[in-house]
Amino acid sequence: MLRVDHLSKTYGSGATATQAIKDLSFEIQAGEFVCIVGPSGCGKTTLLKTMSGLLEPTSGTVELGGKRVTGPPEQMALVFQDYSRSLYPWMTVAANVEFPLRKRGSKTERRGAVAQALESVGLDGFGDKYPWQLSGGMQQRVAIARGLAYRPEILLMDEPFASVDAQTRADLEDLVLKIRHDYGVTILFVTHDIDESVYLADRVVILSQRPTVVQETLDVPLPRPRDQVATKELPEFAHLRAHVYRAIKRPDSVAAPAGVA
Amino acid sequence: MNAKKLALEIVTPLLVIALIWWWTSGAESYYYPPLGDIFRAFADTWVFERFSADVLPSLGRLAAGYVIAAVLGIALGVVLGRQPTLRRMATPIVEFLRAIPAPALIPFAILVLGVENDAKIFLIAVVCVFPILLNTIDGVAGVEPTLLDTTRVYRIGRLDRLRYVVLPAAAPQIFAGLRTSLSLSLILMVISEMVASSNGIGYFILQSQRSFAITEMWSGILLLGLLGYLFNAVFTLVERRVLAWHIGARAGAQ
Repeated sequence: MLRVDHLSKTYGSGATATQAIKDLSFEIQAGEFVCIVGPSGCGKTTLLKTMSGLLEPTSGTVELGGKRVTGPPEQMALVFQDYSRSLYPWMTVAANVEFPLRKRGSKTERRGAVAQALESVGLDGFGDKYPWQLSGGMQQRVAIARGLAYRPEILLMDEPFASVDAQTRADLEDLVLKIRHDYGVTILFVTHDIDESVYLADRVVILSQRPTVVQETLDVPLPRPRDQVATKELPEFAHLRAHVYRAIKRPDSVAAPAGVA
Repeated sequence: MNAKKLALEIVTPLLVIALIWWWTSGAESYYYPPLGDIFRAFADTWVFERFSADVLPSLGRLAAGYVIAAVLGIALGVVLGRQPTLRRMATPIVEFLRAIPAPALIPFAILVLGVENDAKIFLIAVVCVFPILLNTIDGVAGVEPTLLDTTRVYRIGRLDRLRYVVLPAAAPQIFAGLRTSLSLSLILMVISEMVASSNGIGYFILQSQRSFAITEMWSGILLLGLLGYLFNAVFTLVERRVLAWHIGARAGAQ
């Protein structure tokens, strides 16, 4: 469904050029939950911005549903890490969620979509509040609801829980799993948190240090539904997370993951 | 606490007025007439004898000049704020034009636009446009990039982006410019009316001085002070309404 083919991105030119992404290729199937994990500064945000059509690649292509991405596609929504800068502070929560739907359907239909999206993220009754009246975790829920109401085929998430506390983070991870289950949406989730990537994903794409390439793609055959306690207790979970950890921190010493076929 | 603050803000000016009243009550000075006389002259002159003759024309010019400045300043500011290349080209020109002291333009304005309203409106607009323009440029150029990325991801059209994202995001700075220009508009209104004019509050003050009606002159100055105070109060009310989100978000961030 989403195909990234020999993608590279270099900022600037000449002596001051910085190669953020060297050569990235991977594919995401419809309905899949893929996590992209990599060391900090490996160009994850650049990758996401290029995939969503916000940045133009230096070379290589991104294809969504067989069509080349040249600008933000309609079938795609993006949840930014920094919710406080991505929600419009002059709009209420409901207006924020409704804003991308301005050109779609009737007012009643839009209101319905907004109410449904807010309910799916556990924020019914908060539509009249302003984002800055809510906690960080709730603000990120608003951003997720906005993405959902847009009805994308694929939802990109850029380290969405990097700035909330651990407890909220666990709740939001489970919320994303539930949304994925309810909406059947394809999710591409970028994170630097190894546990998070293994806990959430069907497949983990591990990126290398700069200049960035795909170091390894790892299937995560953990049973679903997943549970913050039970799943993380499984020996397979420990093996997988250890494997990802080694791949990122000690890239030279990686063997095939033990205990997982 | 709030009631106490309010009481202080009302009681102090009243005390000051009472003090001046008492201080000047027996005054024989020609130049500093008793405050009571000024109040009486104020009531005789402005309520409402000369209201339509002088106050209305003044307010009309001020409003016209200010509105022209606001529309031009915001429109041009949005364009320059969004276009870095144009902005770089325009900055030296804007800085130069801004540096010209506006009263220097009065002879030119009278020559070209005549002694009626046009020259005065022109002068007010020319001065008021710059604070609004520069603040709008700053505000528009400084819109949080993530907000604009969000707007792009959700494929919001140009007009909607301008109206619902760029302008609200720049609104706190635009309002700062509008506030500065509001006090400038009053100053320029008075200056313009003191040169080649046949009515207006500025004209009245100058005319009173020339005909040795010092008490009336003071009543005009008093009126200008009151007008400026009133404008500012109304402006603050509007600003608080329009920027309620900004005030709330800032309070929440602390």
